[in-house]
Formats: sequence, C-alpha cells, structure tokens
Amino acid sequence: MFRETALNVRDKKVQGLFRLLFLTMTLLLILPVLVILGMLIYKGGPVLSIDFLFTAPTDGMTAGGVFPALLGTVWLVGVALLVSVPIGIAAAIYLSEYASDNWFTRIINLAIINLAGVPSIVHALFGVGAFVVFFGFGTSILAASLTLAIMTLPVVIVSTRESLMAVPQAFREACWSMGATRWQTIRRVVLPNSVSGILTGVILEVSRTTGETAPIMFTGAVFFTPFLPQGVFDQTMALSLHLFVVATQVPGVPDELPYGVALVLIGMVLLMNSISIAFRMYLRGRKKW
Amino acid sequence: MSDIATQDFDRRNRDWYIDKLVQLVVFFGGISAIVFIIGIFVFITKEGFGFILNTMDPVEFFTSPYWEPSDEDAPEYGILALIAGTASVTGLALIVAIPFSLGAAIFVGEFATGKTRELLKILVELLAAIPSVVWGFIGLTIMNPIIIDLFDVPVGLTVLNAGIILGLMTAPIMTSIAEDALKAVPDRYREAAEAMGATRWQVIFKVVLPAAKNGLLGAVLLGVGRGFGETMAVLLATGHSVNIPDSVFDSVRALTATIAAELGETAVGSDHYQALFTIGIFLFVITFVINLTADLVVRGVRKG
Repeated sequence: MFRETALNVRDKKVQGLFRLLFLTMTLLLILPVLVILGMLIYKGGPVLSIDFLFTAPTDGMTAGGVFPALLGTVWLVGVALLVSVPIGIAAAIYLSEYASDNWFTRIINLAIINLAGVPSIVHALFGVGAFVVFFGFGTSILAASLTLAIMTLPVVIVSTRESLMAVPQAFREACWSMGATRWQTIRRVVLPNSVSGILTGVILEVSRTTGETAPIMFTGAVFFTPFLPQGVFDQTMALSLHLFVVATQVPGVPDELPYGVALVLIGMVLLMNSISIAFRMYLRGRKKW
Repeated sequence: MSDIATQDFDRRNRDWYIDKLVQLVVFFGGISAIVFIIGIFVFITKEGFGFILNTMDPVEFFTSPYWEPSDEDAPEYGILALIAGTASVTGLALIVAIPFSLGAAIFVGEFATGKTRELLKILVELLAAIPSVVWGFIGLTIMNPIIIDLFDVPVGLTVLNAGIILGLMTAPIMTSIAEDALKAVPDRYREAAEAMGATRWQVIFKVVLPAAKNGLLGAVLLGVGRGFGETMAVLLATGHSVNIPDSVFDSVRALTATIAAELGETAVGSDHYQALFTIGIFLFVITFVINLTADLVVRGVRKG
C-alpha cells in the first residue's frame, strides 16, 4: 500500500541502532555481575559441603564451618519478623483500607520512604542509642532484631499495601452492602484474597534482613562466640558479619574460606528472592479477577 | 419482626466495638513509620548532642580534613576528608550507574517484550538483592587484583574500585525505579505518537522520556541516597584511609564506613562516640533531604 520512502528506511535503521545500543547497556549492566557471581561460585564452590554448613569454625576461625553464624542469622531474622510483620501488616491495612488521600497519609508515606532511605549505619546508631543503651537490652539478639525490624519495616508495608490494594473495590462493597463491618470485610474478604501477596512480601523481607550487616554489628552480632544463642538476650554470630570478619579481621584464613561463606550468604538471599518471585508469578497466573 | 419498630438503630454491638478497636490498632500501625523516623532522629541526636554542644567547633568539623579522634592529647574531629571520600565514591558510582540503568530501563520498558522482558526484570531484581557486604567482599577480593593488574597501581582499594562496586550495586535499583517511571507514562501518549507516524525511538525520545522526566530524576536521586548511605561495600572497597583524593586511584574513607569501623572501639558517651553519632545526624539529615526532594520531584509529575 505505502512505498517505503528513504526517510522510513533511515528511521528504521536508527531504531535498530538504538535498540542495539540499549540492549548493550542492559547486558553491560547484568553480565559483569553474572561473571563475578560465576567467579564466586568457582572459588567458593569447593569449600561448600553439608559439613561446612553444620560445623562450627575451628582453629581461630581459619577452618571449620559456619553453623553458629547460620543459626544466629536464623535467630535474628526470626525475631525481626515477629516484630515487623504484625506492625507492617497493620500499617498496610490502615493505609489501604482506612486512610484517605490527605496530608496526613502523605506524611506517613514520606516517613516510610525515609525509613527505607536512612543509611543502614544510621539505623545501627539508632539501635545502639535506643535498644542497647536506653532500653538496656545490651548487645543482644533482641536489640539487633528490633533494629533490623525497623529498618526492613518499609518492605513489609509497601508490599502488603500493594497486595491489599489489588483486591477489587467491588469485593469490599459487596461485603459492606451485606451489613458487614469494616473489620469483618477485611478479615473475611480482603485478607484471604491477598494473603499470598503478603507472604511474597514477607519472604522478600527475610531476604533483605539476612544480608544486612551494618545494623547488627554493634547491636547484637559479635565476631566470634563459642556459644550458640539460647534466648533473645544472648549475643550471636551472624552470617553476613561472619563474611566481613573472615574476609578482613582474621589473619591466616585460607583464601577459599571467605568465598565459601559469601556463597552461603548469597545463596540464602537469592533463594529467598527466587521463591518470592516464583510465588508472585504463580499468583499472577492464577488470579481470578 | 414486630420489634423492628421499637428497636432503636443503635448499632453498637460487639462487632461494632471490635471494629473500632481494630481501627485503633491499625492506626497505630499506620503511624509507626512516623514514630520510628522521629525516634531515630531523637535517639541519635540524644547520643550526639553533648559533642555538638561542648566539644564541636562547627567550622573545624566541616572544614578540617583531619580526623584523628583517638589522639589522646589533641583529638581532631574534621570530616572534610570523609565527606570528600563519600562524595567522590558516590559521584563515580553515579557516572557508572546512571547511563546504564537508564539505558537498561528503556530497553526493558520500551523495547523488550514477553519472555525477554520478564527474564530481564527478574535478573535486575535478583541483582538488587545481593547484600552489600558481599559487594564489599567482591571489591576486596576480585576487583582489587584486577585494578592493580590493569592500571599498574600499587593499591587497588580506591575510589575507582568502590565507585564501580557501588555503581553496580545501585544500578539495578535505579533501573527498576526508572522502569516504573517509564511505565507510568500512559500508553495513549505512545499510541497517539505512533498514529502520527513516529517510529519507536522517536516515541521514546520525543514523548516518553520528556513525560517521565521527573520520575527518572527521582530514580537518580534515590540512587544518590543509596550511594551516600551505603556502608559495608564502601568500608571494604575504598581502602579506608583518611584522604582527600586527587585521582580515582587514591584510597579514601567514607562517612558511613568511619562509623562502622570505629563505633566498636569507643566507650559509650566518650567524645569519640558522640562524634560518630554527630556524623550519623549529618548522614540522616542529608539522606532525609535527598529523599524529600525525590518525593517532591516525583509528586510533581503525578499532578501534572
């Protein structure tokens, strides 16, 4: 119908060129990191074994495994979740179901953005000033987990709010018109329809919390302790801090050991993230509305 | 049924009270972010306040390049070199991250389709999840020898190293925020332009990018905030020596890394301890301003 003019041909060429340019930029962003990860796996892979995961460090942390650090991370993340998930879900319910679009809600949103943007080391200072010193928890799992909980709260709030808001308004209206109260509607209609989305956000938070180092350095995680944590007032080792320690603070560590620790840490984080992503995609495919 | 006429319409039964109670509870959840952000400011100020009032000379604090807090006779508290360290590393990181993440956002958002797009988005999300201490470790063990070999310099833990590491680290985050900003441009803008005979790249450059300008600027600002506040990666990759850098091959020390490295050795309440909290207040205020600006910039586009 239309003959291609010289201008059309040129436009197409330019478009192809730009496509190539942006593709190259995308690959340049991703490939180096994949290469680096490959190097980590290549160097750290041989260290990994079931024993490495389930034995304690020996010989002044120059040999042995990462078990106390692994267990400590589970403690820290678990206690942090106990605090941040209920608060985060309550906040998300308020923002999605109750708050109207006014200046007050805007301030809350601004606070959430800022809470996510405050440097991790400032969260650490807050943890020291508030939980370790002022509330007198000392350097303990409790103090570290509270610090982590506050730091990662925005992750829970934002993802929960999104999945609550994804529930169609008509569902709520149908429920209200049957005479249900707001809470009954939330409890019976909104939450059941968004619970899997909320879970996705929680898994994402686990991943974030696992990798954090700065906030726990001075609030509860220690370089080395021969004891496994027995309760929330104990100090503990943690995987992220353990990587920092074996990479910089301990003399005579064999080269491949820190790579092994890094692999365990990154493996945990990426596994959690992948689960969260897979879960999200599965849900998207299954959605009824 | 007959008692409907006599029944008053007071609905304050058990369900009503539960409803009000829940409303109160979630309201407290809702304001928790405000409480915590104020709490952070109050507690770090409380710990750093004594230093600001008694010991600190504000001019010296911000203009002296000497940070020697553990000198017993005459401790020096100047953070100029630390600011220079943070600024140089963040600056280089932005030079690395901005073009690539904007390019990647344009490719993912405007060119890629279907499976490719999904795959790229997932990859970007996974890259953003790599913990900062792992990035620092990569800078220390992988980048360090590469830089020494490539540029024939004695030390590889430099502005260059930390800048690249920080750039790689912030790029995925900037990419996904920038892609959101592109996605926020209504499709009818693109359709209208295409209907006028514009090619895809013309649509992108003349329509989508101008429309998403503020969102993209917001993405960059949030990237700045991230870079500024990054701690572990910068601690491990900069070389950690107090220095105003002349070139990218100099080692520096960042504000955040100083706190991370020194807080453990200070006694609670000492001048040094309080000085570190004062740096924390400074960091808090700077990132607060950056985030506030980013929010205002992004808001602008929503209203327009």
